Amino acid sequence: MLTLKSVQAGYGRLVVLKGVSLHVRAGEVVTLIGGNGAGKSTLLKAVCGLVPVRRGAVEFAGEDLTRLPAERIVSLGLALVPEGRRVFSSLSVAANLELGAFHRRDRQQVRRDLEELMGRFPILRERASQPAGTLSGGEQQILAIARALMSRPRLLMLDEPSMGLAPKMLAQVYDILAELKRSGTTLLLVEQNARAALKLADRGYVLETGRIILQGTAAELQEDPEVQRAYLGKGYREVWE
Amino acid sequence: MPIYDQQAECVSREELAQLQLERLQATLHRVYKNVKFYKKRFDALGFLPEDCQSLEDLARLPFTTRYDLAASYPYEMFAVPLREVVRIHSSTGSPGNPIVMGYTCRDLRTWARLAARVLTAAGVDRDDVVQVTLAYGLMTSAFGLHYGVELLGASVIPTGPGGTVRQVQIMRDYRTTVLISTPGYARVIADALEELGVDPKTLHLKVGLLAGEPWTEAQRAEIEARLLLTAYDNYALSEAMGPGVAGECEHRQGMHLNEDHFYPEVVDPATGAPLPPGELGELVLTTLSREATPLIRFRTGDLTRLDFRPCPCGRTLARLSRIAGRADQVVVVKGINIFPERVGQILAGVVGEAPVYQLVIGREGALDYLEVRLEVREGLFFDKMTAQREFLQKLTTKLAQGIGVRPRVKLVEPASIDRAQETSPLVIDLRR
Repeated sequence: MLTLKSVQAGYGRLVVLKGVSLHVRAGEVVTLIGGNGAGKSTLLKAVCGLVPVRRGAVEFAGEDLTRLPAERIVSLGLALVPEGRRVFSSLSVAANLELGAFHRRDRQQVRRDLEELMGRFPILRERASQPAGTLSGGEQQILAIARALMSRPRLLMLDEPSMGLAPKMLAQVYDILAELKRSGTTLLLVEQNARAALKLADRGYVLETGRIILQGTAAELQEDPEVQRAYLGKGYREVWE
Repeated sequence: MPIYDQQAECVSREELAQLQLERLQATLHRVYKNVKFYKKRFDALGFLPEDCQSLEDLARLPFTTRYDLAASYPYEMFAVPLREVVRIHSSTGSPGNPIVMGYTCRDLRTWARLAARVLTAAGVDRDDVVQVTLAYGLMTSAFGLHYGVELLGASVIPTGPGGTVRQVQIMRDYRTTVLISTPGYARVIADALEELGVDPKTLHLKVGLLAGEPWTEAQRAEIEARLLLTAYDNYALSEAMGPGVAGECEHRQGMHLNEDHFYPEVVDPATGAPLPPGELGELVLTTLSREATPLIRFRTGDLTRLDFRPCPCGRTLARLSRIAGRADQVVVVKGINIFPERVGQILAGVVGEAPVYQLVIGREGALDYLEVRLEVREGLFFDKMTAQREFLQKLTTKLAQGIGVRPRVKLVEPASIDRAQETSPLVIDLRR
């Protein structure tokens, strides 16, 4: 569904992604894990057309995304839940959700989708008329996910959905993601919280300073000594013999 | 016929290429970071792993040879710390030091899965009883397929080699359905059946998975007729992993190579230039998933062709044609690679000077033998027969330890081996 081939991208003279290749098949949950500054967010931005791709190819559902403007990319069925939620805090929850469907022309269906999502996430119905800024961090995250779903995406990309969340809220957000997975939604999940992400995902990639150094099924990565050491906090950094 | 991993073995060529590129790039990053040998190699070229933008870019990198691996003895080729290595194998068939291969937990699991693919392609399933007559030891021989059999849930009888009478007894009484052996040993078993008066019809053999030495279609037909089984060829390469690299499906038109784990190239053995698909040349493999001892562009020394045409079985993985021989001086005896130079080194170590020697490989009945001829010089003349016998024994033991095969050592008169002449090369192979 989504295929990246040797993608190089960055800001100004700074090259952040140094030839990254990965793919996401329809119906799959794929996670990209890595530490701070590894290039995870840049990768998502490059896919969305928010950061220019200098070399390599990004293909989504047969279209070459590197030549398309961001707004065209959204209408192809790609949605991003950005890092730090980025809800419109002075707008109501309902208005935020409606904005998620700004490019859609099927007004009737949009209303039905809105109803359905509010049924799925009762907290949003409860707070429908409140300004989004008054919601807790976890509630804002749920809103951000619901807003992305309003665009009826074929692929949903999430940038650190666990960031800054209390453990209870984190569990709730991941429950929602697990439900999306069950319903067959394709997810590309970027995370620093490797434990939560690998539990949910089918496959994963490990990004280190702009390079993918490991890939495999989530189960394989969970057991990988290097992943355990660097991202799961088990063991300690080994002195090379 | 069932396919063990439908998704991987019948993947579209386009998806496969993407997977290969992803795995290749990750492998290059890891070897550059963790293996000094590769870092030096890449640096010398001014090549960074990120310069590999496509599978074609791999051809810019130099080959890795058995000499490189031997020179990295014991652990220089390891890309993970030793504490993450759970298995160490080594092959004696190298030109100098032994070649040491490491396996992480994940490497061993991959090995079992790939072996299970090869076994399934040959029609082995969980109801089978599999007799493994390959060697269990330092070499990878028996292990890969052994794991694959267990993973499939079939029963494995780890007899190892030798003790043919008992092998036959086990084969009959335990109702073995699958024989895993070298082609030579399959014929030894067939001979034993005749000698012991055991009618192969009373056995339950169904499938034979044979590998480890060069063999022909005529030999396949003979083995099939005498043991009443269907014989499948498979390809093992201990440096890359062991058995499970490639194997035939029911159509037996070449061995499906597990391309999602090994990236193949076929090159001109003399120039190293890549050859187009279908041409006969030396197989070069790059490991795509190995963690402990990854290899970049490893020259296997095996001559073969790559067939990318779709196979009626449904697998999209390319097929290797039957190994047509060796691209180097290596000779294969009883499934073990022998470098003639290595024999020379051992002889020099015992004799104390540059020896004049020759290797003769022949076949007695179904089994290969190796004879090492050594020219006797003044220093080697012995007055006493006992001293000479002791010397021969010592030499034989040293050679057996060094090359993994117990040779016959024959002392010949000075100047009887004419190495300047083409008629007397370093190796005489009487099997051909």
